[in-house]
Amino acid sequence: MIALLRRDLRLAIRAGGGFGLGVAFFLILCALVPFGVGPDTAALQPIAPGILWLGALLACLLSLDRIFALDHEDGSLDLLATSPLPLEGAVAIKALAHWITTGLPLIVAAPLFGILLHLPGAAVPALLASLLLGTPALSMLGAFGAAVTVGLRRGGLLLSLLVLPLYIPTLIFGTEMIRRGQEGGDTGTPLLFLAGITAGVLAVIPFAAAAALRVNLR
Amino acid sequence: MSIWEYANPVKFMRTSGAILPWVVAGAAVCTVTGLTWGFLTPEDYRQGSTVKIVFLHVPAAMMAINIWVMMLVASLIWLIRRHHVSALAAKAAAPIGAVMTVIGLITGAVWGQPMWGTWWEWDPRLTSFLILLLFYIGYMALWSAVEDPDSAADLTGVLCLVGSVFALLSRYAVFFWNQGLHQGASLSVQSGERMSAVYRYPLYLTMLGFGLLFLSLLLIRTRTEIRKRRLAALQAREMRT
Repeated sequence: MIALLRRDLRLAIRAGGGFGLGVAFFLILCALVPFGVGPDTAALQPIAPGILWLGALLACLLSLDRIFALDHEDGSLDLLATSPLPLEGAVAIKALAHWITTGLPLIVAAPLFGILLHLPGAAVPALLASLLLGTPALSMLGAFGAAVTVGLRRGGLLLSLLVLPLYIPTLIFGTEMIRRGQEGGDTGTPLLFLAGITAGVLAVIPFAAAAALRVNLR
Repeated sequence: MSIWEYANPVKFMRTSGAILPWVVAGAAVCTVTGLTWGFLTPEDYRQGSTVKIVFLHVPAAMMAINIWVMMLVASLIWLIRRHHVSALAAKAAAPIGAVMTVIGLITGAVWGQPMWGTWWEWDPRLTSFLILLLFYIGYMALWSAVEDPDSAADLTGVLCLVGSVFALLSRYAVFFWNQGLHQGASLSVQSGERMSAVYRYPLYLTMLGFGLLFLSLLLIRTRTEIRKRRLAALQAREMRT
């Protein structure tokens, strides 16, 4: 499992754009929003939590199809399926690799981009905690979507159609948590909901994703 | 004699063919009578004639949710017991459910405009219906994207299971996010006096009518799917010889 994780990480780094591309997309999104809604603090501050979460979500979505597509093309996915490692474990590791290459850089970069959007400093702990708890669920759900669409020729658009509705609960609780942090309210409730969703997703989705992969490899 | 006998397509075709005219007739009678009766009810003292939208709105919304539940059950039967009729029934139900969701949303908008002064409000009920529509669209898109019918049935089945969990999760998550304008349940067992009997009985009739309407559409569409499958099998045999 560790070997698989290291292989995936190495591939992502050497292929170029593994770490940087998602963050660059995130930066562009955060830079475009003020052009759209105007540069006033009063206009930006209330929507900053939503923009930050949407940016993280879309940046995550962009790299989803790479989770399985390349391995499916060169046949290493078949090798993985026949290896002694359970396919559920392989799916979980691949989602983890995706999270390390896209989710983690986003979390590191998010406070900086929060400054761009005039997010008050008091909300930064809530921002970090919500992203830290929420993005693993995004990667895991994305792995499920990628597993369902891996064999399809035009899977990219379908992938986003399937995955985005699944992101709604995470998005709701994530933004709510930052908003409460911004206003100095109680962030405990959304935090617990977010953690609960992520824990549930991490426990159950690998099985669904592995089932979908087995169908596609048949 | 068990219910699983109907998993046999031949048996299913024979039985569904026999009961289909009755179901269609029942759907027509209940829907037409219920809607006419509903149309002739007196006007509400506050809502005026717009209250009559309820006879389309509530049954459609009810069916939109029930059809998803039916798809979930059918997908489970397919995934566990591999009965093809079940998978085809789930496939056949999805567009009907999507149309019911759209009817619910549109009649709601038409009703909301005079009553709340807005076509659309980000209310928990309205939002969760929009999310349900997204799930229907994704489900249908996946069916049409996968070429091999068995793989398509498997993948959409898994998607239906995961989607059900998240549709339910979203439904309660949106309560957290915004408080709404929409009233609570229109009909409930505990408090029967919420709606006047004048409106309640035609509503029951239209709800029954919509249920039968769904059943007849479902049977027709499933029969079409089975025939399509047979046709494909025949063509495949022609190609080989």
